[in-house]
Amino acid sequence: MSEPFDIAIIGGGIMGCATALRLADGGMAPIVIEQGDIGRGASSANAGTLSLQIKRVKLMPYALRGHALWESFGQAVGFRKTGGYTLAFTAQEAELLLERQRLKADAGAPIRFISPPEVRTAEPGLTERIAAASFCPADGFANSLLTGRFYRTRLGEAGIPYRTGSPVRAISRDKTFAITTPGEIITARRVLLATGGWLQSTARLLGVDVPVRTRINTVSVTERAPPLLSSQVGHATGLLTLKQKDNGTVLIGGGWQGHPNKEPSHTSMGRVNADTLRTNLALARYALPGLDQTRLLRSWTGFEGHTPDFYPLAGALPGVKDGFVLGCVRGGYTIGPYMGQLMGDFILGREPEMPLFDPARTFMQDSSL
Amino acid sequence: MPPNKSLFLRSTITHADVAIIGAGPAGGHAALCAAENGLSVALIDEQPEPGGQVWRQTSAAILAAPPTPESQAGKALAAALARYGATITHHADARVWQIERIDDDASNRKSSNKKPGNRKLWQLEIAAQEPHTVQARALIVATGAYEYVQPFEGWTIPGVIGLAGATALLKQDLLVPEGDIVVAGTGPLVFYVAAEIDRLGGRLAAIMTVNSRKDWLGALPAMMGRTDLLRRGLGWLTRLRRVPIHWRTAITRAHAHDNHLDALEYRALNGAGTPHGGTHKIKAAMLCIGHGLIPDTRAAQLAGLNLSYAPALGGWVPDLDPDGAPAIEGLFVCGDGRGIRGVAAAVLDGQRAGLQATAFMRADSQATQAAQAALVRPYARAARFGQAMTALSSLPAGLAAITTPQTIVCRCESLTRQDIQDEIDTRAHTHQAIKAGQRAGMGPCGGRFCHKVIGQILKACTGTTSPPPPARPPLRPIPLTTLAPEPARYEDLPLGKPTPL
Repeated sequence: MSEPFDIAIIGGGIMGCATALRLADGGMAPIVIEQGDIGRGASSANAGTLSLQIKRVKLMPYALRGHALWESFGQAVGFRKTGGYTLAFTAQEAELLLERQRLKADAGAPIRFISPPEVRTAEPGLTERIAAASFCPADGFANSLLTGRFYRTRLGEAGIPYRTGSPVRAISRDKTFAITTPGEIITARRVLLATGGWLQSTARLLGVDVPVRTRINTVSVTERAPPLLSSQVGHATGLLTLKQKDNGTVLIGGGWQGHPNKEPSHTSMGRVNADTLRTNLALARYALPGLDQTRLLRSWTGFEGHTPDFYPLAGALPGVKDGFVLGCVRGGYTIGPYMGQLMGDFILGREPEMPLFDPARTFMQDSSL
Repeated sequence: MPPNKSLFLRSTITHADVAIIGAGPAGGHAALCAAENGLSVALIDEQPEPGGQVWRQTSAAILAAPPTPESQAGKALAAALARYGATITHHADARVWQIERIDDDASNRKSSNKKPGNRKLWQLEIAAQEPHTVQARALIVATGAYEYVQPFEGWTIPGVIGLAGATALLKQDLLVPEGDIVVAGTGPLVFYVAAEIDRLGGRLAAIMTVNSRKDWLGALPAMMGRTDLLRRGLGWLTRLRRVPIHWRTAITRAHAHDNHLDALEYRALNGAGTPHGGTHKIKAAMLCIGHGLIPDTRAAQLAGLNLSYAPALGGWVPDLDPDGAPAIEGLFVCGDGRGIRGVAAAVLDGQRAGLQATAFMRADSQATQAAQAALVRPYARAARFGQAMTALSSLPAGLAAITTPQTIVCRCESLTRQDIQDEIDTRAHTHQAIKAGQRAGMGPCGGRFCHKVIGQILKACTGTTSPPPPARPPLRPIPLTTLAPEPARYEDLPLGKPTPL
């Protein structure tokens, strides 16, 4: 039998790959095991939004560092710092906007409030019916479709082996972990579970129950359109994101829920729900009337695992020596690369720059839900 | 979110026992068969008239047109469907853009004393003049096929059209363009299109077929089962006796003058279908070219079916039981959309699906067994003929060489064969990875036209066979104004709770 790897990382998304890169940098020999393609799950099915205005207050320090990492990835991930607006259309939404964005600004995001006429001067394509708005110059987006190629290349450059099309069927523990995939059995001294929306079923392979549920987020894209929008745009409730890519297509998100698949395949955890899609699109049309002249090309569902308190799982896997878990980072696309660094440091036995999120904590239900 | 609030954006919901997508030979006959058995049918089709691509009707603006077997079959189907007007609702000019499986809440509430309610419905979202929603317990997918053209340099020049596209023009508008016409490609469609162009007075410069005479002789035994269709083919050849036919020859390049087709290059092919020997040139104002049909599987995929690779049936086809029965309860697939077997087989396959849907609705697997059994032998004969034609239409492996590195392979995103190979060189080894990296198949066609050639390149570079990317709604590009009608007041939007702080 060949020498076991120092660590097997199950899940080749942003979190798994970023951790692998940090570990290899610190002298460990990791292997990444991915059921589909590298970076092809939630890491690329999301809308690519990089907005501090939609990050949770407590995660803001992490999000600020995540933003800096995306900016450093640059062209390879299609990074664009466009600045971002968050809009309120009613007095009630304006109140919500004021309260929430003030808290996020206090947490360190460079967010300021601006008048509706200012917004319209900068973005004449937006609706005239804006009641209040905030602006964050650090906001923007990246092209989430390039996540796969980016991390494939980075893993290759770092000499980190990876397996694709390799769903893990079983994990057994003797002196080392033995991880069974359809093609081979891989042995490793440690194991990190970074399987995102699949964390619950992966942890069960080790007899651990993690309280992870999955949200099915709808994303849509239009055909190429004339210039309508140059910044990232969001909504006071967080239920809309809009951005126009360089090629003219407009991406519409906001976390509207699709149908969960009863038997999730590695290609999809859910399906589009026409009812929620309609509302999502109606809100988008309201915010950006120029969309009325475009056709919708495609809608799909991204997904994200979450815990009852909507904070991450990042640390030791409860009850499994040399087992680790990383996932459920709300805003995981933005924060993922940074969480991977912290997780890598933790596994290397170093003190992480920022605290992790103990998976063994008692979960309080988020009361705002 | 309260359901009554989220429903306000939807106009109307209509109900039927069975919803059928596609009113071609398969879907049309499935509808007739279901109606004869007492089922109510919603027949949804993109065309103004039933008949699909193959039985396409002459435009209503043309009053006196000599009938063809296709136009007569189309008229007969339309008349038969009209006779069942009370039970078959024909949704014309209508596009299904989303298929969902939902709980039948109404029936579950009503039948709580019978079976514990987990009855399911198919819910189809339809883009039309009046957007609406159709709910049905059974769904028959009869989406037919579309044409493949193996890309070659210049194939995107105006004046180059597909064989199937040409038949649509010929059938609907009875129009033949001025100037020299070359008809090229694989299979019987080459001769059908050439004969129609000749009949309508077009000037045929040459026919260039990838097939050899020997290929056709090899197909004879299978064709003997349908001598009626064989006789029709011989009729085309008689009509074309004065037109030069280049056997075992392929167009390798098209040249433009003033952004319109002007000349073609062609070369002889060796036994593997690879161009060899010298390049010849011919003037042409129009090229009709096609290399076989691809089953349109996207509606079946959206309904939840996986695909398997079946080159003898035209490529990727939905996973079904051998008799075509559903892998998902209440779902039936028939006609060329589950493998290219031709129009004669599609009619019988549609009837089979109609009978299976009837048995499903009656919850009695024996209900239509005898009628289904009677279809087995004629279907086998027709399918044998059709599959022999599919074999003649399919691409010899060597012909992929006409797609040079500089050739555009994805028209929507203007990607060349080299662009695809470059992405594969970054270790993108699946269709999905190539799509993500290069946007191949992310344009308006949704990958319908490029997935086959990308599959070829992937196979040539890595040896792997990768299924086309999953189908996404909407199945065709749809205006946002059609998908999401504007609410009367902003407050009517069911926005629900804000995301957690």
